[in-house]
Amino acid sequence: MTNPNISQLTALVTINDLVKQFGRFAALRGVSAEFAAGRFFAILGDNGAGKTTLLRMLAGLAQPTRGKISILGAEPRGACREIGYMAHPSLLYDEMSGMENLRYFARLYDIADESRCGQAIRSVALDPGLSRPVGKYSQGMRQRMSLARAILHDPKILLLDEPFSNVDVHSARDMVGLLKAMRDTGKTIFVVTHQAGLLDGVADEFVWMEAGKIVERTSQLSPAGAR
Amino acid sequence: MSSLRSITFATLAKDIRLEWRSRDAVNSMLFFSLLVVVIFSFSFDPNAEESRQIAGGLIWVAFLFAAVVALNQTWARELRNQVLDAYRVSPAPAAALFLAKALGNFVLVSLLEALMAPLFVIFYNLRALGPAWQLIPVALLGTWALVVNGTFFAAMSIRTRSREIMLPLLLFPISIPAVQSMVEATRILLAGDGSARFWIVLLLTYDVVFTTACLALFETILQAE
Repeated sequence: MTNPNISQLTALVTINDLVKQFGRFAALRGVSAEFAAGRFFAILGDNGAGKTTLLRMLAGLAQPTRGKISILGAEPRGACREIGYMAHPSLLYDEMSGMENLRYFARLYDIADESRCGQAIRSVALDPGLSRPVGKYSQGMRQRMSLARAILHDPKILLLDEPFSNVDVHSARDMVGLLKAMRDTGKTIFVVTHQAGLLDGVADEFVWMEAGKIVERTSQLSPAGAR
Repeated sequence: MSSLRSITFATLAKDIRLEWRSRDAVNSMLFFSLLVVVIFSFSFDPNAEESRQIAGGLIWVAFLFAAVVALNQTWARELRNQVLDAYRVSPAPAAALFLAKALGNFVLVSLLEALMAPLFVIFYNLRALGPAWQLIPVALLGTWALVVNGTFFAAMSIRTRSREIMLPLLLFPISIPAVQSMVEATRILLAGDGSARFWIVLLLTYDVVFTTACLALFETILQAE
Protein backbone atom coordinates (compact mmCIF):
# COMPACT_ATOMS: atom_id res chain seq x y z
CA MET A 1 0.00 0.00 0.00
CA THR A 2 1.33 3.43 -0.89
CA ASN A 3 1.81 5.81 2.00
CA PRO A 4 0.77 9.30 0.81
CA ASN A 5 3.01 10.93 3.41
CA ILE A 6 6.10 9.27 1.94
CA SER A 7 5.04 10.41 -1.51
CA GLN A 8 4.71 13.97 -0.21
CA LEU A 9 8.11 13.83 1.47
CA THR A 10 9.88 12.76 -1.69
CA ALA A 11 7.99 15.14 -3.95
CA LEU A 12 10.14 18.04 -5.05
CA VAL A 13 7.33 19.82 -6.86
CA THR A 14 3.73 19.68 -5.71
CA ILE A 15 0.92 21.20 -7.72
CA ASN A 16 -2.48 21.48 -6.17
CA ASP A 17 -5.66 22.26 -8.16
CA LEU A 18 -3.87 24.72 -10.41
CA VAL A 19 -6.07 26.92 -12.58
CA LYS A 20 -4.86 29.61 -14.97
CA GLN A 21 -7.31 31.85 -16.80
CA PHE A 22 -6.39 34.31 -19.53
CA GLY A 23 -9.56 36.34 -19.71
CA ARG A 24 -12.27 33.77 -20.48
CA PHE A 25 -9.80 31.18 -21.73
CA ALA A 26 -8.68 28.60 -19.19
CA ALA A 27 -5.13 27.49 -20.04
CA LEU A 28 -4.96 25.18 -17.01
CA ARG A 29 -8.07 23.60 -15.53
CA GLY A 30 -7.33 22.19 -12.11
CA VAL A 31 -3.96 20.49 -12.48
CA SER A 32 -2.81 18.48 -9.47
CA ALA A 33 0.40 16.47 -9.48
CA GLU A 34 3.54 15.59 -7.61
CA PHE A 35 6.97 15.27 -9.16
CA ALA A 36 9.80 13.46 -7.41
CA ALA A 37 13.36 14.70 -7.22
CA GLY A 38 16.11 13.53 -9.58
CA ARG A 39 13.80 12.45 -12.38
CA PHE A 40 13.42 13.44 -16.01
CA PHE A 41 9.87 14.46 -16.98
CA ALA A 42 8.82 14.96 -20.57
CA ILE A 43 5.68 17.08 -20.78
CA LEU A 44 3.79 16.32 -23.96
CA GLY A 45 0.58 17.35 -25.62
CA ASP A 46 -0.92 19.23 -28.54
CA ASN A 47 -0.62 22.98 -29.00
CA GLY A 48 -2.82 24.76 -26.47
CA ALA A 49 -2.73 21.85 -24.02
CA GLY A 50 -1.22 24.10 -21.33
CA LYS A 51 2.38 22.78 -21.31
CA THR A 52 4.15 26.13 -21.63
CA THR A 53 1.75 27.79 -19.20
CA LEU A 54 2.47 25.08 -16.65
CA LEU A 55 6.22 25.51 -17.13
CA ARG A 56 6.00 29.32 -16.82
CA MET A 57 4.02 28.94 -13.62
CA LEU A 58 6.62 26.54 -12.22
CA ALA A 59 9.26 29.15 -13.09
CA GLY A 60 7.27 31.84 -11.27
CA LEU A 61 6.69 33.84 -14.45
CA ALA A 62 2.91 33.51 -14.26
CA GLN A 63 0.69 33.58 -11.21
CA PRO A 64 -2.07 31.02 -10.65
CA THR A 65 -5.66 32.17 -10.91
CA ARG A 66 -6.37 29.48 -8.33
CA GLY A 67 -4.42 26.68 -6.71
CA LYS A 68 -0.91 26.36 -5.42
CA ILE A 69 2.57 25.33 -6.51
CA SER A 70 5.15 24.24 -3.98
CA ILE A 71 8.78 23.78 -5.01
CA LEU A 72 11.09 22.53 -2.26
CA GLY A 73 8.41 23.67 0.17
CA ALA A 74 8.31 27.24 -1.12
CA GLU A 75 6.45 29.20 -3.76
CA PRO A 76 8.23 29.29 -7.15
CA ARG A 77 9.62 32.83 -6.57
CA GLY A 78 11.01 31.73 -3.21
CA ALA A 79 12.80 28.79 -4.82
CA CYS A 80 14.18 30.76 -7.78
CA ARG A 81 17.82 30.01 -6.91
CA GLU A 82 17.05 26.32 -7.42
CA ILE A 83 15.30 26.76 -10.75
CA GLY A 84 16.91 27.03 -14.17
CA TYR A 85 14.55 28.14 -16.92
CA MET A 86 15.05 27.88 -20.64
CA ALA A 87 12.28 29.30 -22.80
CA HIS A 88 11.52 28.91 -26.48
CA PRO A 89 13.23 32.26 -27.24
CA SER A 90 16.88 32.34 -26.19
CA LEU A 91 16.62 34.84 -23.26
CA LEU A 92 20.02 36.13 -24.40
CA TYR A 93 21.21 39.49 -25.69
CA ASP A 94 21.94 39.09 -29.40
CA GLU A 95 24.50 41.92 -29.42
CA MET A 96 26.75 40.33 -26.76
CA SER A 97 28.94 37.24 -26.95
CA GLY A 98 28.00 34.09 -25.06
CA MET A 99 30.60 34.78 -22.38
CA GLU A 100 29.45 38.40 -21.95
CA ASN A 101 25.86 37.21 -21.60
CA LEU A 102 26.76 34.62 -18.99
CA ARG A 103 28.97 37.04 -17.05
CA TYR A 104 25.99 39.37 -16.73
CA PHE A 105 23.56 36.61 -15.70
CA ALA A 106 26.12 35.29 -13.19
CA ARG A 107 25.96 38.67 -11.42
CA LEU A 108 22.18 38.29 -11.07
CA TYR A 109 22.80 35.13 -9.04
CA ASP A 110 25.66 36.67 -7.03
CA ILE A 111 28.17 34.37 -8.71
CA ALA A 112 31.53 36.10 -8.42
CA ASP A 113 33.59 33.24 -9.83
CA GLU A 114 33.80 33.90 -13.57
CA SER A 115 35.21 30.46 -14.26
CA ARG A 116 31.67 29.14 -13.68
CA CYS A 117 30.62 30.88 -16.92
CA GLY A 118 33.34 29.11 -18.86
CA GLN A 119 32.40 25.79 -17.26
CA ALA A 120 28.73 26.25 -18.16
CA ILE A 121 29.63 27.06 -21.78
CA ARG A 122 32.00 24.11 -22.06
CA SER A 123 29.39 21.78 -20.56
CA VAL A 124 27.09 22.47 -23.53
CA ALA A 125 29.99 21.79 -25.91
CA LEU A 126 30.56 25.40 -26.93
CA ASP A 127 33.78 27.42 -26.82
CA PRO A 128 33.90 30.11 -24.09
CA GLY A 129 36.40 32.04 -26.23
CA LEU A 130 33.89 32.54 -29.02
CA SER A 131 33.80 36.31 -29.44
CA ARG A 132 31.06 36.73 -32.02
CA PRO A 133 27.70 37.97 -30.75
CA VAL A 134 24.97 35.46 -29.94
CA GLY A 135 22.82 36.97 -32.72
CA LYS A 136 25.27 35.48 -35.22
CA TYR A 137 25.18 31.97 -33.72
CA SER A 138 23.38 29.15 -35.50
CA GLN A 139 20.04 28.14 -33.98
CA GLY A 140 21.59 25.03 -32.42
CA MET A 141 24.40 27.03 -30.83
CA ARG A 142 21.91 29.58 -29.51
CA GLN A 143 19.81 26.83 -27.95
CA ARG A 144 22.88 25.37 -26.28
CA MET A 145 24.01 28.77 -25.03
CA SER A 146 20.52 29.28 -23.67
CA LEU A 147 20.87 25.99 -21.81
CA ALA A 148 24.25 27.15 -20.48
CA ARG A 149 22.51 30.25 -19.09
CA ALA A 150 19.85 28.08 -17.45
CA ILE A 151 22.41 25.81 -15.70
CA LEU A 152 24.88 28.58 -14.82
CA HIS A 153 23.82 28.77 -11.16
CA ASP A 154 23.71 24.98 -10.79
CA PRO A 155 19.97 24.72 -10.08
CA LYS A 156 18.32 21.58 -8.72
CA ILE A 157 15.41 21.90 -11.16
CA LEU A 158 15.59 22.56 -14.88
CA LEU A 159 12.53 23.79 -16.76
CA LEU A 160 13.09 23.60 -20.51
CA ASP A 161 10.54 24.76 -23.05
CA GLU A 162 11.03 23.30 -26.52
CA PRO A 163 14.82 22.98 -26.22
CA PHE A 164 15.07 20.96 -29.46
CA SER A 165 12.94 23.15 -31.73
CA ASN A 166 14.72 24.33 -34.90
CA VAL A 167 17.74 22.25 -33.94
CA ASP A 168 19.14 19.60 -36.29
CA VAL A 169 18.79 15.98 -35.19
CA HIS A 170 22.48 15.61 -34.37
CA SER A 171 22.54 18.68 -32.08
CA ALA A 172 19.23 17.65 -30.52
CA ARG A 173 20.64 14.21 -29.66
CA ASP A 174 23.71 15.88 -28.16
CA MET A 175 21.43 18.01 -25.99
CA VAL A 176 19.43 14.99 -24.91
CA GLY A 177 22.67 13.26 -23.88
CA LEU A 178 23.65 16.32 -21.91
CA LEU A 179 20.27 16.44 -20.14
CA LYS A 180 20.49 12.74 -19.34
CA ALA A 181 23.91 13.32 -17.76
CA MET A 182 22.45 16.17 -15.70
CA ARG A 183 19.58 13.97 -14.52
CA ASP A 184 22.16 11.37 -13.52
CA THR A 185 23.83 13.96 -11.29
CA GLY A 186 20.55 14.37 -9.40
CA LYS A 187 18.88 17.26 -11.17
CA THR A 188 15.14 17.19 -11.77
CA ILE A 189 14.36 17.99 -15.38
CA PHE A 190 11.11 19.05 -17.00
CA VAL A 191 11.13 19.25 -20.79
CA VAL A 192 8.20 20.52 -22.80
CA THR A 193 8.54 19.19 -26.31
CA HIS A 194 6.76 18.11 -29.45
CA GLN A 195 9.67 15.83 -30.30
CA ALA A 196 8.85 13.11 -27.79
CA GLY A 197 10.73 10.50 -29.81
CA LEU A 198 14.03 12.11 -28.85
CA LEU A 199 13.33 11.38 -25.20
CA ASP A 200 12.23 7.78 -25.66
CA GLY A 201 14.33 5.66 -23.31
CA VAL A 202 15.76 8.77 -21.66
CA ALA A 203 12.86 10.41 -19.82
CA ASP A 204 11.71 8.68 -16.64
CA GLU A 205 8.14 9.79 -17.10
CA PHE A 206 5.98 11.13 -19.91
CA VAL A 207 3.34 13.55 -18.68
CA TRP A 208 0.52 13.93 -21.16
CA MET A 209 -1.55 17.10 -21.16
CA GLU A 210 -4.78 17.85 -22.93
CA ALA A 211 -7.04 20.89 -22.71
CA GLY A 212 -5.33 22.27 -19.61
CA LYS A 213 -5.21 19.01 -17.67
CA ILE A 214 -2.76 16.20 -17.05
CA VAL A 215 -4.54 13.23 -18.56
CA GLU A 216 -1.91 10.52 -18.26
CA ARG A 217 1.51 9.79 -16.81
CA THR A 218 3.44 6.94 -18.32
CA SER A 219 6.91 5.55 -17.84
CA GLN A 220 7.26 4.84 -21.54
CA LEU A 221 6.33 6.70 -24.66
CA SER A 222 3.15 4.68 -25.06
CA PRO A 223 1.36 4.33 -28.41
CA ALA A 224 -1.74 5.77 -26.79
CA GLY A 225 0.24 8.83 -25.83
CA ALA A 226 1.96 9.12 -29.17
CA ARG A 227 -1.25 10.33 -30.80
CA MET B 1 22.58 46.20 -0.26
CA SER B 2 25.87 45.13 -1.88
CA SER B 3 23.87 42.84 -4.15
CA LEU B 4 21.58 45.74 -5.10
CA ARG B 5 24.58 47.94 -5.90
CA SER B 6 26.49 45.23 -7.75
CA ILE B 7 23.50 44.17 -9.88
CA THR B 8 22.57 47.79 -10.57
CA PHE B 9 26.05 48.55 -11.89
CA ALA B 10 26.30 45.25 -13.79
CA THR B 11 22.99 46.03 -15.52
CA LEU B 12 24.02 49.63 -16.17
CA ALA B 13 27.34 48.50 -17.66
CA LYS B 14 25.54 45.95 -19.82
CA ASP B 15 23.08 48.59 -21.09
CA ILE B 16 25.84 51.07 -21.88
CA ARG B 17 27.73 48.33 -23.74
CA LEU B 18 24.61 47.44 -25.75
CA GLU B 19 23.93 51.10 -26.53
CA TRP B 20 27.56 51.65 -27.53
CA ARG B 21 27.32 48.74 -29.98
CA SER B 22 23.94 49.63 -31.47
CA ARG B 23 23.77 53.41 -30.87
CA ASP B 24 19.99 53.11 -31.40
CA ALA B 25 18.90 55.62 -28.78
CA VAL B 26 21.80 58.09 -29.02
CA ASN B 27 21.51 58.58 -32.77
CA SER B 28 17.73 59.05 -32.73
CA MET B 29 17.86 61.45 -29.77
CA LEU B 30 20.64 63.57 -31.26
CA PHE B 31 19.01 63.77 -34.65
CA PHE B 32 15.65 64.69 -33.14
CA SER B 33 17.08 67.42 -30.87
CA LEU B 34 19.16 68.86 -33.66
CA LEU B 35 16.06 69.10 -35.84
CA VAL B 36 14.17 70.92 -33.07
CA VAL B 37 16.97 73.48 -32.58
CA VAL B 38 17.39 74.17 -36.29
CA ILE B 39 13.69 74.27 -37.18
CA PHE B 40 12.79 76.60 -34.31
CA SER B 41 15.71 78.88 -35.09
CA PHE B 42 14.45 79.23 -38.66
CA SER B 43 10.80 79.52 -37.64
CA PHE B 44 11.25 82.73 -35.68
CA ASP B 45 14.04 85.12 -35.02
CA PRO B 46 13.78 86.43 -31.47
CA ASN B 47 15.97 89.17 -30.03
CA ALA B 48 18.19 88.37 -27.03
CA GLU B 49 15.56 89.34 -24.44
CA GLU B 50 12.79 87.29 -26.08
CA SER B 51 15.19 84.36 -26.35
CA ARG B 52 15.81 84.42 -22.60
CA GLN B 53 12.05 84.31 -22.00
CA ILE B 54 11.28 81.37 -24.32
CA ALA B 55 14.52 79.36 -24.35
CA GLY B 56 13.72 77.49 -21.13
CA GLY B 57 10.50 76.12 -22.63
CA LEU B 58 12.14 75.27 -25.95
CA ILE B 59 15.11 73.50 -24.43
CA TRP B 60 13.16 71.34 -22.01
CA VAL B 61 10.39 70.42 -24.42
CA ALA B 62 13.05 69.35 -26.95
CA PHE B 63 14.80 67.23 -24.31
CA LEU B 64 11.51 65.77 -23.08
CA PHE B 65 10.54 64.60 -26.57
CA ALA B 66 14.05 63.31 -27.25
CA ALA B 67 14.09 61.43 -23.94
CA VAL B 68 10.96 59.50 -24.97
CA VAL B 69 13.00 57.94 -27.80
CA ALA B 70 15.61 56.67 -25.33
CA LEU B 71 12.98 55.51 -22.85
CA ASN B 72 11.25 53.30 -25.41
CA GLN B 73 14.57 51.81 -26.51
CA THR B 74 15.56 50.95 -22.93
CA TRP B 75 12.89 48.34 -22.52
CA ALA B 76 12.53 47.30 -26.16
CA ARG B 77 15.90 45.55 -26.02
CA GLU B 78 14.74 43.60 -22.95
CA LEU B 79 11.78 42.25 -24.91
CA ARG B 80 13.87 40.92 -27.81
CA ASN B 81 14.32 37.19 -27.14
CA GLN B 82 12.26 37.78 -23.96
CA VAL B 83 15.46 38.51 -22.03
CA LEU B 84 13.41 40.23 -19.35
CA ASP B 85 12.11 36.78 -18.33
CA ALA B 86 15.69 35.75 -17.50
CA TYR B 87 15.81 38.65 -15.05
CA ARG B 88 12.35 37.84 -13.68
CA VAL B 89 13.25 34.25 -12.84
CA SER B 90 16.48 35.30 -11.11
CA PRO B 91 16.72 36.32 -7.44
CA ALA B 92 17.97 39.80 -8.48
CA PRO B 93 15.97 42.63 -6.89
CA ALA B 94 13.54 44.51 -9.14
CA ALA B 95 14.87 47.79 -7.73
CA ALA B 96 18.33 47.08 -9.20
CA LEU B 97 16.88 46.75 -12.69
CA PHE B 98 14.85 49.93 -12.29
CA LEU B 99 17.77 51.95 -10.93
CA ALA B 100 20.09 50.69 -13.67
CA LYS B 101 17.62 51.62 -16.38
CA ALA B 102 16.92 55.04 -14.84
CA LEU B 103 20.66 55.73 -14.42
CA GLY B 104 21.34 54.59 -17.99
CA ASN B 105 18.68 56.94 -19.32
CA PHE B 106 20.02 59.70 -17.10
CA VAL B 107 23.49 59.27 -18.59
CA LEU B 108 22.11 59.27 -22.14
CA VAL B 109 19.86 62.32 -21.71
CA SER B 110 22.58 64.21 -19.81
CA LEU B 111 25.00 63.48 -22.63
CA LEU B 112 22.46 64.78 -25.10
CA GLU B 113 21.98 67.94 -23.02
CA ALA B 114 25.71 68.51 -22.80
CA LEU B 115 26.01 68.23 -26.57
CA MET B 116 22.91 70.29 -27.42
CA ALA B 117 23.25 73.09 -24.85
CA PRO B 118 26.06 74.88 -26.73
CA LEU B 119 23.96 74.76 -29.90
CA PHE B 120 21.01 76.36 -28.09
CA VAL B 121 23.34 79.08 -26.81
CA ILE B 122 24.63 79.79 -30.32
CA PHE B 123 21.34 79.57 -32.22
CA TYR B 124 19.37 81.64 -29.70
CA ASN B 125 22.16 84.01 -28.70
CA LEU B 126 21.73 83.13 -25.02
CA ARG B 127 23.60 84.68 -22.13
CA ALA B 128 22.47 84.16 -18.56
CA LEU B 129 21.80 87.35 -16.57
CA GLY B 130 21.22 85.38 -13.35
CA PRO B 131 23.59 82.97 -11.54
CA ALA B 132 24.35 80.60 -14.44
CA TRP B 133 25.83 77.88 -12.21
CA GLN B 134 22.33 77.19 -10.87
CA LEU B 135 21.44 75.85 -14.31
CA ILE B 136 23.50 72.77 -13.39
CA PRO B 137 21.28 71.62 -10.47
CA VAL B 138 18.21 72.51 -12.56
CA ALA B 139 19.50 70.32 -15.41
CA LEU B 140 20.48 67.44 -13.12
CA LEU B 141 17.26 67.45 -11.09
CA GLY B 142 15.09 68.07 -14.15
CA THR B 143 16.72 65.28 -16.14
CA TRP B 144 16.28 62.85 -13.25
CA ALA B 145 12.61 63.88 -12.98
CA LEU B 146 12.09 63.06 -16.66
CA VAL B 147 13.94 59.76 -16.68
CA VAL B 148 12.70 58.33 -13.39
CA ASN B 149 9.04 58.61 -14.37
CA GLY B 150 9.86 57.88 -17.98
CA THR B 151 11.65 54.64 -17.11
CA PHE B 152 8.74 53.58 -14.92
CA PHE B 153 6.00 54.36 -17.44
CA ALA B 154 8.02 52.92 -20.32
CA ALA B 155 8.20 49.65 -18.37
CA MET B 156 4.47 49.85 -17.80
CA SER B 157 3.61 50.48 -21.43
CA ILE B 158 6.19 48.22 -23.05
CA ARG B 159 3.87 45.22 -23.33
CA THR B 160 0.99 47.26 -24.77
CA ARG B 161 0.34 47.15 -28.49
CA SER B 162 0.72 50.92 -29.07
CA ARG B 163 3.54 51.64 -26.66
CA GLU B 164 4.95 54.59 -28.68
CA ILE B 165 1.67 56.42 -28.09
CA MET B 166 1.05 55.07 -24.61
CA LEU B 167 4.30 56.33 -23.09
CA PRO B 168 3.77 60.05 -23.87
CA LEU B 169 0.12 59.74 -22.81
CA LEU B 170 1.19 58.46 -19.40
CA LEU B 171 4.40 60.42 -18.97
CA PHE B 172 3.60 63.95 -20.13
CA PRO B 173 0.68 64.71 -17.78
CA ILE B 174 2.56 63.48 -14.72
CA SER B 175 5.67 65.43 -15.78
CA ILE B 176 3.84 68.80 -15.91
CA PRO B 177 4.96 69.97 -12.42
CA ALA B 178 8.57 68.99 -13.18
CA VAL B 179 8.57 70.56 -16.64
CA GLN B 180 7.02 73.76 -15.28
CA SER B 181 9.70 73.91 -12.57
CA MET B 182 12.48 73.35 -15.11
CA VAL B 183 11.12 75.94 -17.53
CA GLU B 184 10.49 78.57 -14.85
CA ALA B 185 13.85 78.03 -13.16
CA THR B 186 15.68 78.22 -16.51
CA ARG B 187 13.77 81.38 -17.52
CA ILE B 188 14.51 83.08 -14.20
CA LEU B 189 18.21 82.19 -14.39
CA LEU B 190 18.57 83.29 -18.00
CA ALA B 191 16.61 86.53 -17.56
CA GLY B 192 17.96 87.34 -14.08
CA ASP B 193 14.36 87.66 -12.83
CA GLY B 194 14.92 87.00 -9.11
CA SER B 195 15.58 83.69 -7.38
CA ALA B 196 14.97 80.20 -8.83
CA ARG B 197 15.23 78.64 -5.37
CA PHE B 198 11.52 77.81 -5.09
CA TRP B 199 11.51 75.91 -8.40
CA ILE B 200 14.72 74.05 -7.59
CA VAL B 201 13.31 72.91 -4.23
CA LEU B 202 10.09 71.88 -5.97
CA LEU B 203 12.11 69.83 -8.47
CA LEU B 204 14.05 68.19 -5.66
CA THR B 205 10.82 67.30 -3.83
CA TYR B 206 9.30 65.96 -7.06
CA ASP B 207 12.38 63.78 -7.61
CA VAL B 208 12.35 62.36 -4.09
CA VAL B 209 8.60 61.61 -4.16
CA PHE B 210 8.55 59.99 -7.59
CA THR B 211 11.81 58.05 -7.16
CA THR B 212 10.43 56.55 -3.95
CA ALA B 213 7.06 55.76 -5.52
CA CYS B 214 8.60 54.22 -8.65
CA LEU B 215 11.00 52.06 -6.62
CA ALA B 216 8.16 50.88 -4.39
CA LEU B 217 5.87 49.98 -7.30
CA PHE B 218 8.37 48.62 -9.81
CA GLU B 219 8.34 45.03 -8.51
CA THR B 220 4.62 44.87 -9.34
CA ILE B 221 5.25 46.21 -12.85
CA LEU B 222 8.14 43.80 -13.45
CA GLN B 223 6.25 40.71 -12.33
CA ALA B 224 3.03 41.67 -14.16
CA GLU B 225 2.10 39.14 -16.83
